[in-house]
Amino acid sequence: MNLLGLFFKRRSSAPVARERLQVLLAHERIATGHSELLAKLQEEIIQVIARHIKIDREHVHVKLDRGRDTSTLEIDVDLPAVMPLMGAR
Amino acid sequence: MAKVLVVTSGKGGVGKTTSTAALGAALAQNGANVVVVDFDVGLRNLDLVMGAERRVVYDLINVVQGDAKLAQALIRDKRVENLSLLPASQTRDKDALTNEGVARVIGELREKFDWVICDSPAGIEKGAMLAMYHADVAVVVTNPEVSSVRDSDRIIGMLDSKTARAEKGERVEKHLLLTRYDPGRAARGEMLNVDDVLEILSIPLLGIIPESQEVLQASNIGSPVTLANPNGVAARAYFDAARRLGGEKIEVVVPLERKGFISRLFGRRVA
Repeated sequence: MNLLGLFFKRRSSAPVARERLQVLLAHERIATGHSELLAKLQEEIIQVIARHIKIDREHVHVKLDRGRDTSTLEIDVDLPAVMPLMGAR
Repeated sequence: MAKVLVVTSGKGGVGKTTSTAALGAALAQNGANVVVVDFDVGLRNLDLVMGAERRVVYDLINVVQGDAKLAQALIRDKRVENLSLLPASQTRDKDALTNEGVARVIGELREKFDWVICDSPAGIEKGAMLAMYHADVAVVVTNPEVSSVRDSDRIIGMLDSKTARAEKGERVEKHLLLTRYDPGRAARGEMLNVDDVLEILSIPLLGIIPESQEVLQASNIGSPVTLANPNGVAARAYFDAARRLGGEKIEVVVPLERKGFISRLFGRRVA
């Protein structure tokens, strides 16, 4: 009985594969979804700001920090020393 | 109306090229006008699997760059007259493919054929992205093995976001083709089974192709398996898959090789 049990345990690795994949893909799907969401957010926020202020797109940083209870979305935009307001022209 | 189908997987070596050849030939054998297009620039192999390697004069790159007309590059199959091949280049690299050039060639192929079947290179780089970009239908080729399933999941995500259809807010029709399947090992829990893979990837099943020496024999002689051994278990699975692509509702069965007493006895050693 014991020997038989050992034999079968060693053989059925498929359930392990299945579980590992389910855990892994659950994480990877969220990760790729987020990176697209971030890219979209970044683009739209920059567009809104650029409508009013001349900004250098190189100097915009977006960061997402996922914490236990709360997550923060951080957007850094370097503004030029003298802000040329587009609406004022 | 013409349909553009991409055979893709992410991972290499799962059976994209043999499946492209077999599905293309099966659709043509059923009467459709079919072209199979090799997108694996630099590492072409569809010509070899189709048995047309000595007939290649011009290739996809020549047509994309305007150095040859489409009609000059198309190779008509000698066994099935309504089946053609557009080979890839062996000497150039994938950067020679341009978005505009590929779009123009696909447009021309759509006018000539019922099915335009694009054999994607492995990976997720430019060649693979271009092969899937124009697709209306995708066949995701997957082995019942963890790395293949993971890569297929990634490719499914890309079909939903990086294709012309996705950009227009439409969907690419996706199908799973499970290849190199060993029903015995799956039943013994040594290999992911059909339900495991379907549950994880959650796209509809197009067919199950068993691990079979018929597939290797067919590529050895340069013939799609549906032509080389049409009554074999692998060919029958591909024929059913091709009919499902055509919209027929046929139940998917796990293919079992009928074994005689002798092959049962020596099956292990032969395999």
